[in-house]
Amino acid sequence: MTKKHGFLLFVMAILMATLVACGGNGDEDANGDDTADTNGDDEEVEERVLELSHLWPEGSSPQHHEIVSGIIEEFEADNPGITIETDIYGNEQYRENLSVISAANELPDVGMTWGGGFIEPYAEGEMFTPLDDLVTDDFVPGTVDAFAVDGQTYALPLELNIAPVYYNTEMFEDHGLEAPETLDDLKHIVETLVDNDITPATLGNREPWTGSMWYMYLADRIGGPDVLTEAINREGSFEHDALIEAAAELQELTDMDAFINGFNGLGNDEAKGYFINEQAAMYMMGTWDLPEWTTSEDNPQEFKDKIDYFKFPTVDGGDGDIDSFVGGPGVGLYVSEDSDMQEEAKAFVSHFVQRWGELSVEEAGVIPATAVDTDGMDLPDMYIDVLNDLNEATNLTLYADVQMGQDTEDVHLDMIQALMAGEVTPEEFAENHEEALAQEED
Amino acid sequence: MDKVMSNKWVIFLYLLPATLMIGVLVYIPIAVSGYFGLFDWDGVGAMNFIGLQNYTELLTDSTFWFSARNSFYLALFSTLALVVYLGVALVLSSKVKGRELFRKIYLIPMLLSSVAIAQLWIRVYDPNNGFLNTFLRNIGFDNPPAWLAERDTVLFAIFVAIVWQFAGFYIIIYTAALKGISEELVEAAEIDGASPLQIATRIKVPLISGVIKTTVVLAIVGSLKYFDLIWVMTGGGPNGASEVLASYMYKEAFNRNNFGYGSAIGFALLILALLTTVVIQKITKSKESQ
Repeated sequence: MTKKHGFLLFVMAILMATLVACGGNGDEDANGDDTADTNGDDEEVEERVLELSHLWPEGSSPQHHEIVSGIIEEFEADNPGITIETDIYGNEQYRENLSVISAANELPDVGMTWGGGFIEPYAEGEMFTPLDDLVTDDFVPGTVDAFAVDGQTYALPLELNIAPVYYNTEMFEDHGLEAPETLDDLKHIVETLVDNDITPATLGNREPWTGSMWYMYLADRIGGPDVLTEAINREGSFEHDALIEAAAELQELTDMDAFINGFNGLGNDEAKGYFINEQAAMYMMGTWDLPEWTTSEDNPQEFKDKIDYFKFPTVDGGDGDIDSFVGGPGVGLYVSEDSDMQEEAKAFVSHFVQRWGELSVEEAGVIPATAVDTDGMDLPDMYIDVLNDLNEATNLTLYADVQMGQDTEDVHLDMIQALMAGEVTPEEFAENHEEALAQEED
Repeated sequence: MDKVMSNKWVIFLYLLPATLMIGVLVYIPIAVSGYFGLFDWDGVGAMNFIGLQNYTELLTDSTFWFSARNSFYLALFSTLALVVYLGVALVLSSKVKGRELFRKIYLIPMLLSSVAIAQLWIRVYDPNNGFLNTFLRNIGFDNPPAWLAERDTVLFAIFVAIVWQFAGFYIIIYTAALKGISEELVEAAEIDGASPLQIATRIKVPLISGVIKTTVVLAIVGSLKYFDLIWVMTGGGPNGASEVLASYMYKEAFNRNNFGYGSAIGFALLILALLTTVVIQKITKSKESQ
């Protein structure tokens, strides 16, 4: 009997240990970067630890990880006495973890966040501290705005992506087609390809942010860069003629079979597969896909050589110009409001942003949110082209779904699917948006 | 051993770990989510107590009722599928050739993870390169539907995948139950001149009616809270056409950051599942007593 009780106690001990372990805050996850203490006289310096949490694990994002480790070492060398401890999670885990630790008031001194609607609760809940004094002219116009809430900037952007239309030059040439400059050119391309039984564009609209980008470009080219943004921030109305016309044009494109059969049921990866298999001639996607067409070893060189991109064409009589882009920053760095080392944390963020801007394109193929000097860089041509286009960009419109509050975002995404399936008219499309936006305002 | 088990404290101690686990991991979260449903809360900031407002809002929320309707369709569809499973099990439990092989074939879907199954069916349903549409085109249908992209077909397409996913599970339960029927009864019926069909419907099925009832409850409750394949295959789309209660709950809580409202949906889902279970048990009980 004692033996049995012993076993019972053992089970309970395990149970308790599990519970205790669950309650602990995983600080041990720190990756134990050896702290390169190059300074000999750090005995007089107060030893302090700056916590950094980021989302690029060594396994899944090795190049990102390496750059970050390098930046940390530099900062530690320049600032004797400060040790930076990292806490690293993959994307999804990172998101979950962030909401949990912020609810428990255990945010690290510096961490990563997304912009737009994501950052709002953290800014309004005063979890992140404003970083306006760190904003410099180096940032590409529009990138910092994505992290601004009520006029204050709560994080500094690291990445920047725009969405060009990639196309298969061979498929175009075979049918005597060239990259379009106007919407009419694009429609001509669509007609020609459809007549030859080729899918003009692939689209994974099960994830409707992909279709949203097509809509946003049409709105930009027809009504100019501000119409959509003003409708969302309530300076204007979504029932603006240009926004309705853009919806009508998108519907016309779908009626012309510009997009792949069954696009509303395809995910983005499946849609991309059609482009890679050369079953569709065009594919609009963010520049995060540039490696796919340049450096990636997954795709044959023969295919990569055929791929080029064009800027979304202009609309005759429209107010937008061809150098205006739909895009947005990915992650940004925040400093915790509760941090007891805010000065050091801010210094680190500045250092990080600057060094990241210098290193990220060449070493990780990531376009930073700060201007890049391409001179002397060893990069694939497509990167150089994109970076040059960015330097000439007249405007950057942040992805509509990111600009919107979370309730409107859902309406927008559903409406994109409905519009493209012909379930709503362009007028109803605008009306639904206007309703959702008005509702969110109060 | 009997002596040990007669000691109430020992019984208590032995039950404690399981009770503790189920309490901490199941019952407390249920109570907490019901409680969260009373708040207007974005999951991060301050929680505003708003009483039953979330719950009254639910009653007039058309998306909620539309999702509930889809969940009940799934429940109905899964229950009807039980008849098919039972039929297959009856065949497999009789002395047909190759039944061992078929048992294994039906079991395999159970061994795959939901995400793998979803990916598999996404490829089956792919509108252009998919197995199904390629087949349909080859036999002469020029414009087969883009299954997951169309409002009219999307629910049905996913239901078929779900039925396929759970076939193995229910067939195992039924074959196991059928094995428990004593040979003598079947032989006696054979001697009396009963046909195989009569033996199946008049002898075997009534004898495993208890198991059938359990599977009906399992299928219905499982359907009401079903999430996996729908989430991966369509995310509730297109334009909300395949939304079910669980996917709507997830969207509200985690995509829109309405934790309070999401919790209320979750709690309502629990109540619905409980009510349905009670109703089924009432119906089947009254039949038993007749």
